[in-house]
Amino acid sequence: MTRVIIKNGCIIDPARKTATVGDLVLENNIVQEVIDFAMAPTSYGDEAQFIDAAGCFVTPGFIDIHTHLREPGFEGKETIATGIDAAVRGGFTTICPMPNTNPALDSASMIRQQYDIAARHSPIHVLPIGTVTLGREGKVLAPLIELAEAGAHGFSDDGAPVWDAHIMRQALLYSTMTGRPVMNHCEDLSLVRGAAMNAGAIATRLGLSGWPAAGEEVMIARDIALAEETGGRLHICHVTTAGGVALIRSAKARGVRVTAEVTPHHLTMTDRWVLGNMEPWDGKGPFDPSRLPPYDTRTRVSPPLRSADDVIALIAGLRDGTIDAIATDHAPHTHVDKETEYANAAPGFTGFELALPMLMTLVNTMQIDVVELVARLTLGPAGIVDVLPVALGPGDPATLTIFDPSTTWTVTPEALASKGKNTPLMGQEMRGQIMLTMMEGQIVFRRDNFGVVSRREHGGAVGKLAGVFDEEE
Amino acid sequence: MNSQSTPDRRRHILDLDDWSAEELRTVLTIGTQMKDVLARPVKQVPTLRGKIVVNMFWEDSTRTRVSFELAAKALSANVLTVGAKDTSVKKGESLVDTVRTVQALGADYIVLRHPHSGAPYLVTQHFRGSVINAGDGRHAHPSQALLDLFTMHEQLGELADKKIVIVGDVLHSRVARSNLWALTTMGAKVTLCAPPTLIGPASYWKATWPNVTISHNLDHAAEGADVLMALRLQHERMEGGLLPSLREYTRRFGLNAARVALASPNVLVMHPGPMNEGVEITPDVATGPRSVIETQVTNGVAMRMAMLYQLAGVN
Repeated sequence: MTRVIIKNGCIIDPARKTATVGDLVLENNIVQEVIDFAMAPTSYGDEAQFIDAAGCFVTPGFIDIHTHLREPGFEGKETIATGIDAAVRGGFTTICPMPNTNPALDSASMIRQQYDIAARHSPIHVLPIGTVTLGREGKVLAPLIELAEAGAHGFSDDGAPVWDAHIMRQALLYSTMTGRPVMNHCEDLSLVRGAAMNAGAIATRLGLSGWPAAGEEVMIARDIALAEETGGRLHICHVTTAGGVALIRSAKARGVRVTAEVTPHHLTMTDRWVLGNMEPWDGKGPFDPSRLPPYDTRTRVSPPLRSADDVIALIAGLRDGTIDAIATDHAPHTHVDKETEYANAAPGFTGFELALPMLMTLVNTMQIDVVELVARLTLGPAGIVDVLPVALGPGDPATLTIFDPSTTWTVTPEALASKGKNTPLMGQEMRGQIMLTMMEGQIVFRRDNFGVVSRREHGGAVGKLAGVFDEEE
Repeated sequence: MNSQSTPDRRRHILDLDDWSAEELRTVLTIGTQMKDVLARPVKQVPTLRGKIVVNMFWEDSTRTRVSFELAAKALSANVLTVGAKDTSVKKGESLVDTVRTVQALGADYIVLRHPHSGAPYLVTQHFRGSVINAGDGRHAHPSQALLDLFTMHEQLGELADKKIVIVGDVLHSRVARSNLWALTTMGAKVTLCAPPTLIGPASYWKATWPNVTISHNLDHAAEGADVLMALRLQHERMEGGLLPSLREYTRRFGLNAARVALASPNVLVMHPGPMNEGVEITPDVATGPRSVIETQVTNGVAMRMAMLYQLAGVN
């Protein structure tokens, strides 16, 4: 019997909406008890092992329902192995790779291969999303039942929309036999063709072709109408506009089976970032604007960074539950993919390892409560791809993340395990860092010697750590 | 949007968005001096002797390319012009790759014409010398705007409160954008006139240039104008639903004698070229008494000399 005590952290249980400062007692890889620090015993016995989490949050492992691991086909950008390494360093214990690989994940064998490769590397859950249509071509439905039986947790042609309304309707109908959602990347191709950034004042000034908010909203409205009629289960990938949030909010109020996700970057960055260093940054962010020149291709992402008004609406949607989940849309690219003219650059940001510190800027500026935030990183996404339980109460698996909200660190290529170094935050100082990630009791990531407590320290006058020591010493 | 915003420290000329009125006046003064040089029997000064200017023209151009070549030669530079068609770009060589090559060959200045907005900013990150933007996508065309400003200033004097009408495909026009920066900085009142499909929502412009007037009616806009500037209408604009027909465009937005008559008696008719005569401008107006279109071309060489001259101290 192994007993591990995570000591003195702030334990967040999004299922119970509680935050408890105290000790999390794990036994045989299962949560045994959450003990308020005032009630904590002075000793847990000689056999117990300790992790000192003072000053840190202890939460269920994060779940990311929208990621790109690029394998097979684009291993120069990322592999399943490097993607997992980055994910655990970002606090994620469940990740859902999108099927826009080459070949696409449109058959049972392709889905099974994802499981096989991931299992060889790590015990974290890699739950692939299958395609909606064969080859993601939008023409012929993929074998959705076979995909689901092989372990696909949803269906998406992500990277491209299911543009044909009839095919989308068929997918929503047919997928009801699987219980899995159809996750659409909402982008009306006729409205956004050639678009490099959000349509509006900044695009006009920079002379870049604009992607109007309506290019997203038109398809969200279409899909909601189809879901309403068919009773199918619809998930809106990366909503980015105020109008999109309003459409989803009213659909939910009518009882339509629709869920939605938002990315950390659309919650924290605006299209002014494409302007680079001349304009003041929105949100009075803590970043150094001189590190970002105009037309920096690291600001190119699909859907594009939107206006400040959109960001405000997204945060409101996240808080009131219109938006169920935060998903990174982790989209690693090579240096060469980005070192080109703005409109030619591959869209997307590396996401796993920056998600938490980016999101903590919202907590630090009082725009969202940390318990709410954790819920949108755990409970919300879990409901969409059906992974439960997500809680830190007695009997729950010891699948958890520990992060320090106050540690500062600088984003450098070396600091990121992902092959994708593509982020407009390169060179910036971030506040908040994942310290330890545990999957069913097994430590899958530990930063430096986080939480290790020596007998020597114990022997000293470390009052708050009474009873804490490390077995190895 | 350069980090080098003061005149004496400016290393590149990429856009006019960060130029002060004082800086614009300085370059106009230098332009006058350069125009004097070009009027001499020996049209050359030694400012850039021993320096290498590489014109990288990744898009077809006659007047801008030739104008920059003449300007650099009048300043005694060694000039080389390369186009996308006669380089390894055909073989898939990237812009950055080409810039590194040009740098290794010893270039001091790159004059870049490129179909992508923002391309000159990418070049500055890989080039130790100075970069002049000779037109990037829809974004900026600072040398055109400076020669336009010079021409207006030469003919009209102070531009404060002068009414300048720019008519045509504003949406896709780098000329319009750079003129907006220069003219609004000098206090001119600018009207952009175009069908809504060729300009987009007015708020998109007013956010950056709050004093600009947006018009969809040239007969109203032309009234009392001090400058009527027509922009080239690209024929491919008929695709994608931007315009139903050239005929309809010409009827509503073409510069003709009747519309010139609505303007100030001293109005200047301008066009950045090349013209589609009979589309955005009638031949009689293009060559008529109010036209300064040829003067624009002549002044272009002087202003491009002035731009190179301004950067000369930096390298």
